[in-house]
Amino acid sequence: MDVPAPVLRMSGIGKQFPGVRALDGVDLRLLPGEVHALMGENGAGKSTLIKVLTGVHPADSGTIELAGRTVSFAGPLEAQQAGISTVYQEVNLCANLSVAENIFIGREPRRRGRIDWKRMRARAAELLERLELDVDVSAPLSSYSLALQQMVAIARAIDVEARVLILDEPTSSLDAGEVRQLFHVMRRLKEEGIAILFVSHFLDQIYEISDRMTILRNGRLVGEYLTRELSQVTLVSKMIGQELAELERLHGEARTFDRPLVEARELGRTGAVEPFSLTIHEGEVVGLAGLLGSGRTEIARLLFGADHASSGEVAVGGVPAALRTPRAAMAHRIAFCSENRKRDGLIPDLTVRENIVLALQATRGWTRPVPRDQQDELVGRYVKALKISPPNPEHLVRNLSGGNQQKVVLARWLILEPRLLILDEPTRGIDVGAKAEIQRLVAELSDGGMAVLFISAELEEVLRLSHRVGVLRDRRLVADLPNDDTLTTDRLMETIASGGRA
Amino acid sequence: MKRLLWPLLVLAALLAVNLFFTPSFFSVEMKEGHLYGSLIDILRFGAPLILVSLGMTLVIATGGIDLSVGSVVAISGALACLRISEDGGVFSAVVLALGLCVLLGLWNGFLVAGVGIQPIIATLILMVAGRGLAQLITDGQIITVNSPSYKVIGGGYLLTVPFGILLVLVVLGVTAFLTRRLALGVLIESVGGNAEASRLAGIRARGIVITVYAFAALCAGVAGLMISSNVSSADGNNAGLWIELDAILAVVIGGTSLSGGRFSLGGTVLGALIIQTLTTTIYSVGVPPETTLLVKALVVAAVCLLQSPKFRDKVFRRAGPPSSPRPAAEEKVRVTA
Repeated sequence: MDVPAPVLRMSGIGKQFPGVRALDGVDLRLLPGEVHALMGENGAGKSTLIKVLTGVHPADSGTIELAGRTVSFAGPLEAQQAGISTVYQEVNLCANLSVAENIFIGREPRRRGRIDWKRMRARAAELLERLELDVDVSAPLSSYSLALQQMVAIARAIDVEARVLILDEPTSSLDAGEVRQLFHVMRRLKEEGIAILFVSHFLDQIYEISDRMTILRNGRLVGEYLTRELSQVTLVSKMIGQELAELERLHGEARTFDRPLVEARELGRTGAVEPFSLTIHEGEVVGLAGLLGSGRTEIARLLFGADHASSGEVAVGGVPAALRTPRAAMAHRIAFCSENRKRDGLIPDLTVRENIVLALQATRGWTRPVPRDQQDELVGRYVKALKISPPNPEHLVRNLSGGNQQKVVLARWLILEPRLLILDEPTRGIDVGAKAEIQRLVAELSDGGMAVLFISAELEEVLRLSHRVGVLRDRRLVADLPNDDTLTTDRLMETIASGGRA
Repeated sequence: MKRLLWPLLVLAALLAVNLFFTPSFFSVEMKEGHLYGSLIDILRFGAPLILVSLGMTLVIATGGIDLSVGSVVAISGALACLRISEDGGVFSAVVLALGLCVLLGLWNGFLVAGVGIQPIIATLILMVAGRGLAQLITDGQIITVNSPSYKVIGGGYLLTVPFGILLVLVVLGVTAFLTRRLALGVLIESVGGNAEASRLAGIRARGIVITVYAFAALCAGVAGLMISSNVSSADGNNAGLWIELDAILAVVIGGTSLSGGRFSLGGTVLGALIIQTLTTTIYSVGVPPETTLLVKALVVAAVCLLQSPKFRDKVFRRAGPPSSPRPAAEEKVRVTA
């Protein structure tokens, strides 16, 4: 098979940050019309490499060639003008503007100095048609789903005659159907000869869409591989640099649980989740499976008192309990790690230490500060136990990587020694190593008697950890299945698809 | 500590300018058992602004703003003077005035945290209505009182030091204790940094916001007593006029971000002193009265630019060698020196 000349070639890229060698002699080449996955754990250098490519950071060494010519960009705008467009994980658009305005913001078609609205709408519609999307371009962007917003961002990126399209974790907040839609668009772009650099933590997606991949580890190049020639296990071991012990079901034998801790009876909230009944026993891990928006998060929020229930009741330890606020739930020793750690978890301006002791401080009120030596002791213990890196408690939490931020939120709740820990997508957007650590931790905690409500979009993960799995579909709890040998991801998927009627 | 470097440098520069124009500027002398001197005057006349700014700092740290403090200053002085002119009980007058101020602050907090009105609008209501309330109390006149014990608050001396300065020290000490020794500070910063996350961490965000507005109004009330006591009269129309803007400026110069989160009490005190020194400087340098506001605005703009790391980066990159670690090292040396 003849390999076409690469449209982009980066060779020997090195980048030094104060105290960190972020990139060291990294090569990357992108062929026209391919989807190329950039793989590596958090902190492997993926983001830095992308930032060097798009001119956010200047490279300390190495060269970048675009279509055979050496280039160096002073900023993302220059890179875009040269044909390298980037779509970031968080949609960088203005939700209050229309779809067409978002696509052409900053470069609106003009006629005699005024914006030519008609032409703008027509061109926007044309662009979206190219992606086979049926969208009203004059409607505000906020009226469309996150996935469609992402497509609009892509449409905006490829309008400027893109030769290289960088997608940095575009799928992390999309559900399965939306991912399919995105992949459809990616395949179309591929056919047009655009080289796509794709970053994702979802291995299945990588195998579905990518042709080749480049693996980084600790700022160094591990190698470039054809996706179909590299097995998943090899990929993971190359990413984390060691043979990963096979992740089997973390619970040995099925145990029986007879001491109910939290019982929800016909608990529901209008417009969020239909009344459901669910019992969580001491020491039990209950998984919740279901598609995005199926009501998983809503159940978690009701059990934590983050939202008010409109019907039903909850009993904790057999006694009726009013969980009307997070404080009330915390008084019953229920803890909740939200799926959106940026919005609902972290205080970015505070240090790791302050973030970790925050919930403990909140339970004590402002008049009784947690003594500093007790803070240091607690924080030091959890920074070590959860391997939070960098292990400096006085670091601002905003400067930590996603996985470490997740661990900080986790530590905040573990300090309170909850009886029920609700984890909503605790492993989303974090690397394989940290993921395994968090899974192992969940297993350990439940062995120690803590009940865990575990929510994840990854069915394997739910199966591996849970003793029992609740299945959600269309905001309804449709099944409550014991996790025995007969329960497989296929059966879970069937249940989700059929709504538990089969 | 690095955060306070620039405000300190600006203050030092302003003082140096004064020293150049008035060689005796730094001299402090004892007259009739009281301390006198330009530096003492800056502290004494700056005391109300420092108080208002301290309250404003906590409000801004929660991500809010309080435009009503100027009106509260007027109300406090007006009510106290009215009571004293009626029956002369200074203590009851002070308690009554401060009590009303706390109530007004609770009202602000209720509008912001309870009803959910944006802080700038919620406090704008009291800014306008409060000025009217003050005029109502004074009946649109200037109430003059003749009470030596009331005069102490703003014009008196204790142990040779102006009483107002001591009052500021006490309030500053109490605030620092509540926020830094107790846990109020970190909870305020948490609410200002991310209100929803704070609620989900079990913090009573609403209670904290209400407390902070009440505290700001209390500080403004004390400042109002100080101002009216100093001149032994209450002027509902002009007392505390525009002081909210100076206070916001002082907070910002002190390095607290208007978007909430981290705050610095020391920075705010420096900021307020910079503004007061600037006012003094403009007079002592002999700027014509009709241009004083313009000069003040220019200096403030320059200070804000100097504070911005981005701006400094640009200027220094052009002026000095482009190596980035070096400026940081230089700053450290200056701090320890």
